[in-house]
Amino acid sequence: MTPGPDGGGAPLVALRGITKRYGGLLANDGIDLAIGRGEVHALLGENGAGKSTLVKILYGVIEPSAGEIAWEGRPVRIGSPVEARRLGIGMVFQHFSLFDQLTVAENIAVALSGTASLKAMRRRLDEVSRGYGLGLEPDRAVWTLSAGERQRIEIVRCLLQDPKLIVLDEPTSVLTPQEAERLFETLERLAGEGRSILYISHKLEEVRRLCRTATVLRNGRVVATLDPREASARAIAALMVGAEVGEVKPHGAPAAGEEALAVRGLTLPAGNPHDWTLKQIGLAVRKGEILGIAGIAGNGQSELFAAISGERLAPAAASVAIGGRACGRDGIDARRRLGAAFVPEERLGHAAVPTHRLSENAILSHHATGEVARGGIVALGPARRLAERIVASFDVRGPGRDPQARQLSGGNLQKFVVGREIIRRPAVLVVDQPTWGVDAGAARLIRQALIDLAVEGAGVLVISQDLDELFEIADRIAVIRGGELGPARPTASWTRHEIGLEMMGVARESAHAA
Amino acid sequence: MTPLEAILLTIVTASTPLLIAAIGELVAERAGVLNLGVEGMMAMGAACGFAAAIGFDSTAAGVATAILAGAGMAAIFAFAVLGLAANQVGSGLALTILGLGLSGLIGAPFVGARRDPIPHLHVPGLADLPGIGRLLFGQDAFVYVALALAAAVALFLNRSRAGLTLRAVGENHVSAHVLGLPVLRTRFLAILFGGACAGLAGVYLSLVYTRFWSPGMTAGRGWIALALVVFAAWRPAYALAGAYLFGAATVLQLHAQAGQIGLPSQLLSAVPYLATILTLVLLSIGRGRAVGAPGSLGAPFVPDR
Amino acid sequence: MRLELAPRAEVSRIARVLAPVAAFLVAFLIAGGVIWLMGRSPLAAFRVYVSGPLSDPWALQELVVKATPLALIAIGLTYCFRANLWNIGAEGQYVMGAVLGGWLALRTHASDAGPWVWPAMMLLGIAGGALYGLIPALLRVRFGVSEILTSLMLVYVAQLVLDYLTRGPWRDPKGMNFPQSVTFDPSATLPQLFGAGRLHVGALFALVAILATAFVLGRTLFGYRLRVTGEAPRAARFGGFDAKRTTLAVFAISGGLAGLAGMSEVSGQIGQLQPSISPGYGFTAITVAFLGRLNPLGILAASLAVALTFIGGESAQILLKLPLDLTTAFQGLLLLCVLGADALVSYRLRIVARGGGRPGPPLPEGEVETAVAVRVRGHGLAGEGATPHPVAPPRDSTSPSGRGGNVP
Repeated sequence: MTPGPDGGGAPLVALRGITKRYGGLLANDGIDLAIGRGEVHALLGENGAGKSTLVKILYGVIEPSAGEIAWEGRPVRIGSPVEARRLGIGMVFQHFSLFDQLTVAENIAVALSGTASLKAMRRRLDEVSRGYGLGLEPDRAVWTLSAGERQRIEIVRCLLQDPKLIVLDEPTSVLTPQEAERLFETLERLAGEGRSILYISHKLEEVRRLCRTATVLRNGRVVATLDPREASARAIAALMVGAEVGEVKPHGAPAAGEEALAVRGLTLPAGNPHDWTLKQIGLAVRKGEILGIAGIAGNGQSELFAAISGERLAPAAASVAIGGRACGRDGIDARRRLGAAFVPEERLGHAAVPTHRLSENAILSHHATGEVARGGIVALGPARRLAERIVASFDVRGPGRDPQARQLSGGNLQKFVVGREIIRRPAVLVVDQPTWGVDAGAARLIRQALIDLAVEGAGVLVISQDLDELFEIADRIAVIRGGELGPARPTASWTRHEIGLEMMGVARESAHAA
Repeated sequence: MTPLEAILLTIVTASTPLLIAAIGELVAERAGVLNLGVEGMMAMGAACGFAAAIGFDSTAAGVATAILAGAGMAAIFAFAVLGLAANQVGSGLALTILGLGLSGLIGAPFVGARRDPIPHLHVPGLADLPGIGRLLFGQDAFVYVALALAAAVALFLNRSRAGLTLRAVGENHVSAHVLGLPVLRTRFLAILFGGACAGLAGVYLSLVYTRFWSPGMTAGRGWIALALVVFAAWRPAYALAGAYLFGAATVLQLHAQAGQIGLPSQLLSAVPYLATILTLVLLSIGRGRAVGAPGSLGAPFVPDR
Repeated sequence: MRLELAPRAEVSRIARVLAPVAAFLVAFLIAGGVIWLMGRSPLAAFRVYVSGPLSDPWALQELVVKATPLALIAIGLTYCFRANLWNIGAEGQYVMGAVLGGWLALRTHASDAGPWVWPAMMLLGIAGGALYGLIPALLRVRFGVSEILTSLMLVYVAQLVLDYLTRGPWRDPKGMNFPQSVTFDPSATLPQLFGAGRLHVGALFALVAILATAFVLGRTLFGYRLRVTGEAPRAARFGGFDAKRTTLAVFAISGGLAGLAGMSEVSGQIGQLQPSISPGYGFTAITVAFLGRLNPLGILAASLAVALTFIGGESAQILLKLPLDLTTAFQGLLLLCVLGADALVSYRLRIVARGGGRPGPPLPEGEVETAVAVRVRGHGLAGEGATPHPVAPPRDSTSPSGRGGNVP
């Protein structure tokens, strides 16, 4: 619709009336989108708006229920990723489509069609990666690489096919601020070469920096197509969410207080080669305080969570103390009995059993401390009532009275899983990625619930990759990197730049050098 | 021929069916499919191959029939686990039970019949070398086919594009699907190959190893082949080594029995099975955990379209 | 042209219950076809296989007798299978239970021991099976070795042990060199129900086991723990359920019940130890477990149905000269049909022309999972001492650490 900024004329790709129906649910509803040549176009929307669905249709992974796609003016059917690539569409997914046990070179080769010899491909790989400043070692196994390096593979893989349109789905969710900066430079360069870019994100600042056109999706529909630099952030946010979400009410933390949760000198060897070894972790969460742990994905967060929750036992009992009681050698239920509660990162499969109903999932973390199980017998009535209370208190919406966990959307399931722990009014709450992949309304509710819990006097530990979230709710922030935890400082004393450096391990080195 | 030569020769013949079946299963598992039906497919290969060889008085006909029988059973398995995304463990077991029963039915009229030995290779000059001559240059065709299969599969997996695709599919079928790789087709072909190999291994038993058919003659070799794949860390070179090791264990007990060692024959018969368990344990200790298995092994694949 | 599976939104309960029945019918039809190919009348075969055994009270008794070991073993397997642990070695645990209990029978032979003998034998049977079942469990827990392979290898070992004992040290010296032990004394024999006929107390064991399991699985925390462990091993860890203890517990229970089945058969039916004491009950019980959908009442029905095929097979062998291998083949076919029916309950199969496709069923708003398998009955990998023969659980798309698919 809006012609591209460089040279008008026919857009490179035009989607008209794209609709995707899943039974009664409309994931995409009559979407119109056009991208010009050399244009950097943003696709904005919160989680659940239908961005990924649309993009998968464009890439041939899913078939649309209705609508058409025009490429360079001609209507096309994109039946598979192979066809999309042949047209000249390259895609960098949010979750990388990589094969951990294969090498970098193999990961790239497997996605390329055509009969180029392995040697020729490696030469081109070298050219491209060096040309764009995206260094890669072809013979390293992918599982040894960081998220930023993996993304480079995805981008190089994409560039090797000389794409006319590059689609990036939430690319900065796994990057440090500095790496994100480098990515933006690369993208600007690609746009300068005449390639079009479709940039999917829910982060307004990035979009305003990179793009001159943005399409805003909400509930599967286009609600606006605009220039993000002209409209105000507030207005765009309101369009994305459909209403004023309201801000989270922060609270002032007490200057000092008893320690609700203390970890000292926790060293835990990795359970398997893909995990990080935790080295001398030390932290303390005071009562009434929210301590945030920032870090890029895959730097030991899950291992830390497992050690604090009791899913893995620490070598020394004194390594972990809840309410002053040493419990490093106790299991998770013993720690729950001491007044702690835990919310893991993965809601389906870890926090909840996908095929179990909410009432059954309520039993999962309450059986050792509540009335849902006594003397080894499960009490279904109290379990159902507990689930109903959680649903009511935390605005959990789903089909039927007692739906299965997998029937809930991400936001609703997350509300249930967090609510299930908050409802027991724990003295300590440890939560890993509280609002990942969750719509703005649910995210706000969860963050407010965390704050309210702290106000009541609990100590809350929040592990999150979302810096905005931590800046919003945490009183102090520490950074985890490579299994080591830096010192916690009051939130106000951090800048995003400093945290970014800390995430990359730069600051620590310079601090040592000083 | 010295006793040592005789023993080495029997080790080769004992190991060959294990190697063939293991290579086939290795390919299927690298593609992400766990096929517990190998024992049944082997039995079908043995029975059908023997029946065809007698019926057409031709070893070649027997071999061809056995390969088709194994592949046919594998196709049923493939339909269940790929077409219907049925539970792989249960489906494999079902195929084994079905195969064992069906093979009994097919082989029944041929119990008691015997075939002549198949010709052996005889490279003039080389085969007469003392010691290793017959071992290396005087074997029957199956032995060389088995070795060639192992080599071919190794090259295929590591050097060819199709092999790379297969490894990728087995490693992460979600990523493979998103990249547009043909997950189901790759797995289907891999399963068929595995079944064909199992059938070939089976007909070796009934045409070469013993030259007759009897019910239950596979005696758990299919299961040992499965263990072999794990032992080999899903790599053909190690499968080769492992097959000869396991074959040696089987032969050891036969010779020990004949040599009247004074141990009960049942204990010696148990050696291959105990050796399998021991090997798996030692491997786990040595290697540590969760290394090497294809990432999507056994997971059903139902893509969202 | 390709086949496509689409998850069903609503899985109807009726379909769940009818699926095994449909599977049975399909298997019968196919078997009928095979029989016809073999030159016999399928109708005559059906009469012999099905209606014959159901026609008179003696035959009905026989049905229960045959169903008893199947039910006992299958109920035991339920514990393991629900926890996603594949005990393929029930046949071996059956044998070892009979061996341990049989030892006591031989020890007290002709010694005028009291009525405590057969109950003690039963307990030893349970112990023997449980201990033997703990071997693959320990190997898995301690070394991460696949229990599928180890439990299976141990079947052969157990059979060889029995063979050795019955041909050697335990052979009846007055048995004219036949490989069998002395016949058990009355005190070592399971008493009969109703005083006469072939029905013995073993049937009661089976019934009690079924009812107890229904209670355990449905109402107890242990049953809950099994279900969680089988469906989501990481959630089980989150729930405080120690995977190692669960593994040991279910193998002990499963082995114990198989051992009890073995001892009951030997003591109540066969009356002595001999090299072959089972027509493959341990493997057939796997079919029964799946056919009964891992549900105690379902297993009750399934064991009777499968026992029917056993008895039918024996009659058919005599009356129609149909080999027993046919029964084996039928059981394999039946298992296949059950698994297929199971899959079709959860999925819809479509034949789709190239490129065209009707949209799939509704998915929860906002979570379009790319390739998530709805059925979880794979062999658990997870992080708890992952085995070298693992089978990966379905990836879920809700983790930011890149472990899953793409969330919109």
